[in-house]
Amino acid sequence: MKFKPVYFFLAPALTAIFVFFFIPVISAFIISFTDFDIYAIGDYSKFRFTGLDNYYKLFDNQLFWKALTNTFYFVIISGPISIAVSLGAAMILNSKLVKFKGIFRLVYFMPVVTTLVAVSIVWRFIYHPEFGLLNYGLSFVGIEKIDWLGDPFWSMPSIIILSIWKNFGYNMIIFIAGLQNIPEELYEAAQIEGANGWQRFTKITLPMLAPTTVFITIITMIGYFQLFAEPYIMTQGGPLDSTLSIVLYMYQEGFRWWNMGYSSAIAFVLFVIILAGTLIQMWVQKRREA
Amino acid sequence: MSSYGKQGGLINRLVLTGGLVLLPLILLLVGCSKQESSVKEISFWGMGSEGEKIKILIPEFEKQNPGIKVKVQMIPWTAAQEKLISSFAADNMPDLCQLGNTWVPQFVMLDALEPLDDFISKSSKIKAENYFTGIWQTNEVTGKIYGIPWYIDTRLIYYRKDIFKKVGYDEPPKNWEELLDLSRKIVKYQNDPNKYAIYLPTNEWAPFVIFGLQNGSDILRDNWTYGNFSAPEFVEAFKYLIQFHKERLTPMGVSQVTNVYQAFEQEFFAMYISGPWNIPEFKKWMKDSTGEKWGTMPIPGKHSSPGVSLAGGSSLVMFKSSKSKPEVWKFIEFLSTKKTQLEFYKVTNNLPALRSAWDEPIFRDDPFIKSFYEQFQYVMPTPKIAEWEQIVFSKLQQYAEYAARGTMTAEEAMKEMDKGVDIILEKRRWMISRY
Repeated sequence: MKFKPVYFFLAPALTAIFVFFFIPVISAFIISFTDFDIYAIGDYSKFRFTGLDNYYKLFDNQLFWKALTNTFYFVIISGPISIAVSLGAAMILNSKLVKFKGIFRLVYFMPVVTTLVAVSIVWRFIYHPEFGLLNYGLSFVGIEKIDWLGDPFWSMPSIIILSIWKNFGYNMIIFIAGLQNIPEELYEAAQIEGANGWQRFTKITLPMLAPTTVFITIITMIGYFQLFAEPYIMTQGGPLDSTLSIVLYMYQEGFRWWNMGYSSAIAFVLFVIILAGTLIQMWVQKRREA
Repeated sequence: MSSYGKQGGLINRLVLTGGLVLLPLILLLVGCSKQESSVKEISFWGMGSEGEKIKILIPEFEKQNPGIKVKVQMIPWTAAQEKLISSFAADNMPDLCQLGNTWVPQFVMLDALEPLDDFISKSSKIKAENYFTGIWQTNEVTGKIYGIPWYIDTRLIYYRKDIFKKVGYDEPPKNWEELLDLSRKIVKYQNDPNKYAIYLPTNEWAPFVIFGLQNGSDILRDNWTYGNFSAPEFVEAFKYLIQFHKERLTPMGVSQVTNVYQAFEQEFFAMYISGPWNIPEFKKWMKDSTGEKWGTMPIPGKHSSPGVSLAGGSSLVMFKSSKSKPEVWKFIEFLSTKKTQLEFYKVTNNLPALRSAWDEPIFRDDPFIKSFYEQFQYVMPTPKIAEWEQIVFSKLQQYAEYAARGTMTAEEAMKEMDKGVDIILEKRRWMISRY
């Protein structure tokens, strides 16, 4: 055996990953079996190993189930819609008929790079029940005023609309890259064979985009399960906890009330859910390929 | 090990990475050890605009005490608690800071604060009787004083005089019954689904606690180890406030009001329970600084006015970790003189904690501040436990919303409330049984 320079170059990165990733994750896992809280921050003797207590308490807590339901609601509705919107926008922008592509790409990508705090101020005005642009627009088609962020029924749809608008540009860029990789000859050949637009879309575009779509689906799902900033800024989880997401709940327990043990338990439940979701998607994909 | 390179390589790598990690630390230490001199520097953390405005007072203090320098750091209110607790965990506290007086118990629990009783007994400047009793008490935790009131606040009712007069109330309401009656009359008079009598948003817990205290509730029972929200005293007060929601005397959601001052000016509501920090803004929006159209009034009690309100404000606290405690105390004494307190009021609008300052005409003759003086005679501290904020912010506001929207009855909500509170207080019970 001899000294391999590769380790020398890897050492800083590995150290960083170890110190800033593995150690915190492992300690969080251990903490999730304790009642580590504000008392323990002051004096390390003031915490107890409580075994699975945090997890029992969690599954017994209605607020946790509410947060879980809200998160699933958000992921299941806004995930597919946002991917569809991204794909649609990507196909339009990839079309030869569209001019000023660069400008449109920039415009659609803008929300992704704008800070959410600024965006949320504008959207709070858009959603305002009395003076909001959205209700003003709807009044022309005879729809009564909706208290978007104040009504427990509409609050989550409002968050969904906002986050789709905010995020679709990112996936759109990836889809455009995917579309540009599809050889033009395939479409030409199909056209000569007499395939119509829909057939070309389902038989060429979608299959050729499959790897991109899998990647985007997984990334989007992981991202959306971690819904936090939108409700944190727009609604603080209200009204009636209708926009409380798992991560927001975890944040409140951990960093507002300093129940670190409980909060870590929430984090690991979320981790298991995301892991399961990812595995299922990969399994489905493999079966399709087989 | 075999795939990982040979032993010598491993050691080399360790030394190298160790070096890479240590280098900045060494530089840091060298940098720190430089600041030694005969002048003692004390660090002060101030919150929000206070942290900015206090700088005006520092030169005078440094002139009086040539050996002491004060370094001020401003922290935004919203991040203050998080920052303080994480600094405490990192052993990186300032010498002193201002602390919202409901936060004092939390930091006592962390064993971060220095008890001030010895300093007070030796001091000629700071005495308990110089302060409003209810306010002074907020700083007393488990029999010791941990903070000196710096500036004070309490909640009372901002109201529209002109609307009150139109519905036949030349004098503000004197008890609960009149307050409800007045509210009904205002809504009837306005006759507009977008105009309400009072603004009682469920995301502000203070009114719920205030009316509970007025009705004789002790909020938490058994040495503050169990919730006592489902006891008849609190439930009655709670129901009284929920009545305003049920009868639509107050707006339901919180999203309709993006600007309370504007809403007040546009008669969206005629009463709002809030603290002294809002006086300047209301003056500006109402375009009235003499009290023609609007005013402030103490919160009516169940049978007579004024009723009890909350003892609020900020205290000055000294941290245990401080290495210059006598100097810190000198600074606290300086901030507690009448002259400094008045000057501080002029730059921040924060009401002075020192009672003697209230003899000044700027308070005596101000139509809006007068009511605060009356209210300060009737203020009570909230339970002094570390979990208080969690109880009111995460539980009380949640169940108030459930009850206001009719998802639960008031009784059910308060039963659930107690269940939640008892879970939160489990640790406290364990701590008490152990120490």
